Amino acid sequence: MSDDHVYLSLAEGHDDSDARWAFGTGFEDPLHGVDQTVPEGTDSAQLAAYCLALGDDALVSAQRLAQWCTAAPELEEEVALANIGLDLLGQTRLLYARAGQVDGTGRGEDAYAYFRDAEDFRNVRLAELPDGDFAFAVTRLLVLSSWRLALFERLATTASDPVLAAIAAKGVKELAYHRQYAAEWVVRLGDGTEESQRRTRDALAAIAPYVDELFADDGELRIEVLAVLRQVTDAAGLVLPEVAPVPGHGRDGDRTEHLAPLLAELQSVARADPEATW
Amino acid sequence: MTRDWPLYEVFVRGKRGLNHVHVGSLHAADDAMALTHARDLYTRRNEGVSIWVVRSEHIAASTRDEKDPFFAPSADKVYRHPTFYDIPDDVPHI
Repeated sequence: MSDDHVYLSLAEGHDDSDARWAFGTGFEDPLHGVDQTVPEGTDSAQLAAYCLALGDDALVSAQRLAQWCTAAPELEEEVALANIGLDLLGQTRLLYARAGQVDGTGRGEDAYAYFRDAEDFRNVRLAELPDGDFAFAVTRLLVLSSWRLALFERLATTASDPVLAAIAAKGVKELAYHRQYAAEWVVRLGDGTEESQRRTRDALAAIAPYVDELFADDGELRIEVLAVLRQVTDAAGLVLPEVAPVPGHGRDGDRTEHLAPLLAELQSVARADPEATW
Repeated sequence: MTRDWPLYEVFVRGKRGLNHVHVGSLHAADDAMALTHARDLYTRRNEGVSIWVVRSEHIAASTRDEKDPFFAPSADKVYRHPTFYDIPDDVPHI
């Protein structure tokens, strides 16, 4: 370590073939070596729909997180939220690509992200609710990341499709951090000032009717996720209220009025010039 | 609010680096938050395997005025450098 230039020293020891990167080499392809053929006995339509739904959850969440750019209370939080959004966007791309392979249409990720309307999306509705304030953003993130982490941990070991299992395995490491980040903030806000506690309590109340939808009929998943959430809310001095769920289901195509405007913004550039490449 | 959050200095150890290197600073409310912020701000491009953070105010630094008395005396003592030995090729990091 003779060189005192920060990034040169960080890059030291990396492969010479990657010399064009100033630092941070050694990237990994999460699907490297994974067999892409759909296993026999798999219902292709069902698998494609499932990948699409999980991708929609991540895309819509990523867009909500991206909307914090230039609006977060701190520069550091802005970068953190954008990072988490980009993790989710990466999951979206892999899941959409898999959906396109499996459903036989060969559609690319852009076709799913930019050229479907709100009624074609199958994300859970909790993901599309607008962010009222930072407390809502981190509380929603806590609920969604706890749920998605539990789901992905399961998929990583039990999914019959090896590609979906590999995507889930990659996602687990990302989601574990998302949950940690969100949990730290919920505890901090809940255990903070009178105002931060009020805002976090309001966020939990606004989120509660949309929690049921996450579990569909999976009682085991519900117990696991709610136990995690309770651990955090206990530490924060708060409670996730038990309330009647909102009618309908995002997975069946039921939407709130908030998704269409979100997609209008997300899709505006691609639709203005469908031939554009980037 | 930023004015209430203390400044931290961040040190990152690269994948195969031997020691932590100062990479920058950030604001955070406490040590735990400083670590998550450091992770988000300074290891986004796959740089690190380990992070140290320390409150900036806890670092004692030499001042510019002391530059000569501190460092000039070692400038002419070539015998302190191990240039008179043959160093085997397989000994790194000297």
